[in-house]
Amino acid sequence: MKEKLFKYTTTVVSFFSVIFLLGIILSIFLEGFPLFGEINPIDFIFGKHWNPTHYEPEFGILALIVSSLMVTVIALVVSIPLGVGSALYISEVANKNLKEILKPVVELLAGIPSVIYGLFGMTVLGPFLSNLLGIPIGLNAFTAGVILGIMVIPIISSISEDAINSVPNSLREASYALGANKWETIIKVVLPASKSGVITSIILGFGRAIGETMVVLMVAGGAPGFPKSIFRPVRPMTSSIAAEMGEATIGSLHFHSLYAIGIILFIITFVSILITNIVKDRRSR
Amino acid sequence: MLRGLKNLILVGLILTIVSVGAVDIYGESQRIQITGSTTVLPVAQRAAENFMKEYDITVSVRGGGSGTGIAALIDGRADIADASRPIKAKEIKIAKSKGVNPKAHIVARDGIAVVVNRKNPVDGLTLTQIKKIFMGEIKNWEEVGGPDKNIIVISRDSSSGTFEAFKELVLDEEKYSEDALRMASNKAVSTTVSRTKTAIGYIGMAYLSQTVKAVKVDGVLPTLKTAGSGKYKIARPLYMYTDGEPKGNIKKFIDYVFSPAGQNIAKQIGYVPVK
Repeated sequence: MKEKLFKYTTTVVSFFSVIFLLGIILSIFLEGFPLFGEINPIDFIFGKHWNPTHYEPEFGILALIVSSLMVTVIALVVSIPLGVGSALYISEVANKNLKEILKPVVELLAGIPSVIYGLFGMTVLGPFLSNLLGIPIGLNAFTAGVILGIMVIPIISSISEDAINSVPNSLREASYALGANKWETIIKVVLPASKSGVITSIILGFGRAIGETMVVLMVAGGAPGFPKSIFRPVRPMTSSIAAEMGEATIGSLHFHSLYAIGIILFIITFVSILITNIVKDRRSR
Repeated sequence: MLRGLKNLILVGLILTIVSVGAVDIYGESQRIQITGSTTVLPVAQRAAENFMKEYDITVSVRGGGSGTGIAALIDGRADIADASRPIKAKEIKIAKSKGVNPKAHIVARDGIAVVVNRKNPVDGLTLTQIKKIFMGEIKNWEEVGGPDKNIIVISRDSSSGTFEAFKELVLDEEKYSEDALRMASNKAVSTTVSRTKTAIGYIGMAYLSQTVKAVKVDGVLPTLKTAGSGKYKIARPLYMYTDGEPKGNIKKFIDYVFSPAGQNIAKQIGYVPVK
């Protein structure tokens, strides 16, 4: 009796998240699609000018998409070496005591609210980088990317570490037996063996970085022009939605266009999760 | 059956008494309806709250925009219309045809200061120069008498009322430069300008502080006095419209808005008092 009750409750509870997910997807698409009745999707995605509140509005989000990708790529350039490197150090090199300190510290990075990262980027890192590199303004794609990179480190590090830990010891021992040293063993044996786990962690990090809103809203600068360099202020998709949704009249073209940006973001993250699952499947086979 | 009829009569009676009572309490004479501009809304709202504490008069305040407010005044759905722009000739014509005489009361001014970094040697700009800077046509400080450095243009985000007001007063409804940064608040603009030597931005006059330098616009510094008199160009009057000269409770409310207490509310919200 109790067991049945447990079974049914958990079934219902798990179906709730499915319902929520479907509801959110449905509402994004229902609110976003009316835009494409007025504006060709091709013009929307490849249009160069974003001026939704002007009296002759323009709804082109190419600059926003490129801004999002630019910031995300910078974040990955920062977080992949640091994340994978710290995972390798924690699981392969560090002694037990150090491991017990380092692991929670890296994971603690994930617990800091994104608004704090944003504040740090705006008031500390931005001015610092602009002085250091002699760039005119600290609020730009590079600063935002570096902050996002720091936020993504714990995701890449902890998932990579799990993958590295699951590499059987026999492989390492075989490598040592062949006369390889620790460095050669890590680079030529451990890393290749845990490749799919590391790739999964990177894709998840990508999804986290491209969807992050608060940091880019505060640090990226928000200029809607096409980004000409990584040291220019940019306006990623998420910050556009966050900054403009409050004022867009419900049911207006501007309102629908913000949901349409949501559709594009959804498709990007959906594809990245799909790739993760394919990689995982291949690993388990 | 008889019982049902009795109940019906009773309910009818009660309803009549209640509605008569309601008319007495909330009758036209004791209730002021205010509708219109969301820019003026905070002033009207706070003035109404304080006004209701002093007088036994109900004031209901709604937003909706300047156009909505003026339309409501013309239709008799509002006693006072808030507006952040003067009434249009077309609206006056419609009003006259319905026997309504809109009378303007300038209750405060919304002034916007153009600010630069304190280390910037440029002290004054013309309105045209500011327009060209924010449109991205002037890109270097050298063109306006400063050092040979690129100008970093900082704007508010498009959801801000100041963004719209600046666009209307300075840009003549033209587009902002696409390279202009978009910041979420007046504070964020002044912080960024104070940290960036080559930046220029704009903020509501109430947010002016020592951390940034306000520039003269066409030779006039933004002060409460110059913005109040209209000498400083980047300021717009905020209106309350009534039907003819205000009378009775409406007059009491308008007088309250112009009283030192009412003008202080405008000042606290960040507008320039007119008295």
